[in-house]
Amino acid sequence: MSNVHSISPREASGSEEGRNPVAAYDNDLIESVRVNRSAAERRAATLPGRRTVKKQWQAAWLVRAIQCIDLTTLSGDDTPGRVRRLCAKARQPVRQELLDAMGIGGIGLTTGAVCVYHAMVTTAVEALRGTNIPVAAVSTGFPAGLSPLNLRIKEIEASVAAGAREIDIVIDRGHVLTGNFRAVYDEMKLFREACGPAHVKAIIGAGDLGTLVNVAKASLACMMAGADFIKTSTGKEPVNATMSFALVMCRVIRDWRQMTGYKVGFKPAGGISTAKDAMNYEFIMKEELGNDWLKPDLFRLGASSLLTDIERQLEHFVSGHYSASYRHPMA
Amino acid sequence: MSSVAQILETMEYGPAPESDAPVQAWLEKHGRSFELYIGGGWIKGTGRRFDSTNPATGKKLASLVEAAPGDVDAAVKAARAAQPGWAKLSGHARAKYLYALARLVQKHARLFAVLETLDNGKPIRETRDIDIPLVARHFYHHAGWAELLESEFPDHAPLGVVEQVIPWNFPLLMLAWKIAPALACGNTVVLKPAEDTSLTALLFAEICGEAKLPKGVVNIVTGAGETGRVLVEHPDIDKIAFTGSTEVGRAIRIATAGTGKRLTLELGGKSPFVVFENADLDAAVEGAVDAIWFNQGQVCCAGSRLLVQESVEERFLARLRARMETLRVGDPLDKVTDIGAIVSMKQRAQIDAKVKKGLAEGATLFQPKAACPDGCFYPPTLLTNVEPASTLAQEEIFGPVLVSMSFRTPAEAAQLANNTRYGLAASIWSEDINVALDLAPKIKAGVVWINCTNQFDASSGFGGYRESGFGREGGREGIFEYLKEKATKATAVMAAPSSEPQLEDTDAIDRTAKLFIGGKQARPDSGYSRAILSPSGALVGHVGEGSRKDIRNAVEAAVKSEGWANTTGHARAQILYYCAENLSARAVEFTDRIRAMTGVTKAIAGKQVDLTIRRLFTAAAWADKFDGAVHNPPLRGVVLAMNEPMGVIGIACPDDAPLLAFASLWAPAVAMGNRVVIVPSEKYPLSATDFYQVLETSDMPAGVVNIVTGPRDSLALTLAEHHGVDALWYFGGDGKKIEEASADDLKRIWAPGALDWFGAGVEGRAILRRATQVKNVWIPYGA
Repeated sequence: MSNVHSISPREASGSEEGRNPVAAYDNDLIESVRVNRSAAERRAATLPGRRTVKKQWQAAWLVRAIQCIDLTTLSGDDTPGRVRRLCAKARQPVRQELLDAMGIGGIGLTTGAVCVYHAMVTTAVEALRGTNIPVAAVSTGFPAGLSPLNLRIKEIEASVAAGAREIDIVIDRGHVLTGNFRAVYDEMKLFREACGPAHVKAIIGAGDLGTLVNVAKASLACMMAGADFIKTSTGKEPVNATMSFALVMCRVIRDWRQMTGYKVGFKPAGGISTAKDAMNYEFIMKEELGNDWLKPDLFRLGASSLLTDIERQLEHFVSGHYSASYRHPMA
Repeated sequence: MSSVAQILETMEYGPAPESDAPVQAWLEKHGRSFELYIGGGWIKGTGRRFDSTNPATGKKLASLVEAAPGDVDAAVKAARAAQPGWAKLSGHARAKYLYALARLVQKHARLFAVLETLDNGKPIRETRDIDIPLVARHFYHHAGWAELLESEFPDHAPLGVVEQVIPWNFPLLMLAWKIAPALACGNTVVLKPAEDTSLTALLFAEICGEAKLPKGVVNIVTGAGETGRVLVEHPDIDKIAFTGSTEVGRAIRIATAGTGKRLTLELGGKSPFVVFENADLDAAVEGAVDAIWFNQGQVCCAGSRLLVQESVEERFLARLRARMETLRVGDPLDKVTDIGAIVSMKQRAQIDAKVKKGLAEGATLFQPKAACPDGCFYPPTLLTNVEPASTLAQEEIFGPVLVSMSFRTPAEAAQLANNTRYGLAASIWSEDINVALDLAPKIKAGVVWINCTNQFDASSGFGGYRESGFGREGGREGIFEYLKEKATKATAVMAAPSSEPQLEDTDAIDRTAKLFIGGKQARPDSGYSRAILSPSGALVGHVGEGSRKDIRNAVEAAVKSEGWANTTGHARAQILYYCAENLSARAVEFTDRIRAMTGVTKAIAGKQVDLTIRRLFTAAAWADKFDGAVHNPPLRGVVLAMNEPMGVIGIACPDDAPLLAFASLWAPAVAMGNRVVIVPSEKYPLSATDFYQVLETSDMPAGVVNIVTGPRDSLALTLAEHHGVDALWYFGGDGKKIEEASADDLKRIWAPGALDWFGAGVEGRAILRRATQVKNVWIPYGA
């Protein structure tokens, strides 16, 4: 990935567990990025053949996937009723008797977060009251990110004020495509400031960026500007999350951790609809970053229909029968 | 037993075993005992029995029989009997059989994969995802060659009965590499799998039956080295194709010397894995995993010699060590295993001994913390503090052991990469296309992978330079290894002495022919001359009596003029045309000389000179036209099959047509970028010595063409033994001795016996293929 060490590694004490702060812009670091697409695709394509989990291991890995889901609805036809249904599902993502059968009835299983548009933040916060499930709001002119900068910042502030504890911002992909990573950094830095205590996930819109090199560079620019998470996609690009994007972004996260001591989280989003997909992303996290990145504070899966498929797999694990989707409460 | 709650704490992978029940059932069906597959049926072997075991557990899988000499003979006879009928089938008919074999391999893919894993110890991921799909692909691809054989290879015929001896590291894949092209070309085979890993070959024998392959086309005999030796020495074999150690390859070269059996050898390697500072280092780290921790490093082309640019050495090694920590060593049948069992305890002991030797020489060892199971397993190992002078930098380890060294510049990378007797493969990692494509032609290796490694495909030839053996498997270049050129009808060679009066130079000034070395006429080291007499016994002239030392000097001059290989084909053509032009101006003189030496008629001598001029033109014409190919493996990228010169070619000329044969040999060699050391006709050398002046006046760079006159066979022997000579074309009477001598460095020998020098058969692609070797450069791309 990056071939230059321009930031000296931080001492592994105290600050290490802290939130990734805003660092100085470092263009040399951006320019040092090397990504060989064929090699990245080969690794991404062969990893699912190298790793698998069976039986109770598979059940556990799927439960963990649920804990990392940002259960999402981002549609023009979202209504408070729809969002309340989603929140109810986030609170009880799997039928209790299945959890009991797996011996985890008491762990208080929930999804990682609920992710909605700003307009639905209040409803979601209300519906999740009494839980520790954060509401994430997509912001900054999602999904294109092309509204006036001051409005994008105002939108963040409004969502935070409405109770969103996480903000998923989108970068201006035009800055990446014109090689202006300084602008990506500058805007990200403003977004981070506007978020205040809310954690910020930077959506780089990987499917719009043209090359894996750009994916890596955009990720780096966002991490320099204090992103807590980097996220592949809005779900609205022609190509959403892929294993190749995930591989490249995970490697940048690893480099950043080695350079600065700070851990940045990763969120693949868009098109992740099967339990198998979810596990493949989990494998990539474990292999490229380690177990720390298999927890919701550093790993999220942006998904809507994924949960139903996982429920069906869990029921199969418990009962030995292949399941049907109508047996699981819908979101 | 771990609970879901516990696993949520550890996030371990847990066991994921592939069931071996169907394979055990198959073994039971055979009573865990196998015989020999000869003539389409199972024939009881008469040799001693031995067990095939699962290296991961030490448990016996089945009892096999070592084929005794009588069994081997029966197999060869069955193959011989089947061969004419098999060759007579249309290409289309053979294609249908090969297609059926491909389909059957796919149909039984998991059975093959699990059986291979049990027998060999390699992880199920590899047999399932790599070995077996490549096997099917090889049969599909060669079904295509069978179909196209008649149209694409006119004037070629099958060799006959081919004996194939394969190693234990890719048992079924090596079987496919051997059998598919042999069958496509109309040969029949006797194949001996390695004694440790015979079972998939026996399952393959079974599917040959399912495919209704004609009886005797494929014969499989099990056994160890002794069976192999009997096979190699069997008189009724037309070709031997061997993959295995350089040591055994050398023994086969000696055993077959002078027998006329065709031979291809795929031997060992110590392949460089070159990482430049501008590489995607993570990609290169993952490449190293695929290079040396694929198949437990038991891969002849494993990237076992890591060369990292010094500026990124520490960073690269840190990443590599971190990656090594996540490699999983264990049960080969577990789907989450990266590194399985070593093939045998014997092999494991050899690996361990080599690593210990390296440590004693001062190497620094790194192995990951994760536990490596007891038994026939070996952990992934990285050895640093290794220098080119270290034993481990030179000797093949054939295990999961990577040795690391550094380089400073691209030029030094090339030097270090080539600082080995082997030349099988190389990997180059750089995001700069200029750096990568500049190094690829400089590395002496048959396969170069740019930003990838251990890529194989039926469409692209695989094989070595130097002591990694000769011959190619896969691609069009691999097909030639199983065909011979149909004998063309000999033109009447009018070589009989004529009744015309002999020509005698009575009043010319004495011309003393010296040797021609490094562009200069040099006196022979011996200080002696040899008299050249006409058929009637009259003195025609003197030539220098060349000796070992003159050959040494000539080879040195040839080695030094390596720049010739990098001149353009156009430039080489210009010089060859110029030679023709200058020869033409002196045609009368050369005609008279041929008459004086050999006593042929003026007409015949004149024809020889005319044809020589034409040969020079033909060679010049080819200089910029013997193009390589772009292969099409399933890959986003290209594989460039480049025809590269051999290097230094020794040529021992025949006595027939002394000027014409001389030029017919060196001109195409030189046209392809080789440098040559020529021993002209011993009886009639003066046409060659007269040619010095043609070379001198034609701008031939010094050292490209060197000529040493004298006793042909002893000079040729010196050439055969000289490690600076890459190939030897021998037209003398003692091919056996020459081929034996060549075994030391596995030099490419071409000793076809008499050729029709006046016919067109001696020019063109056939001889150009002798003058070149194919390098396949894999270049995946993607923005």
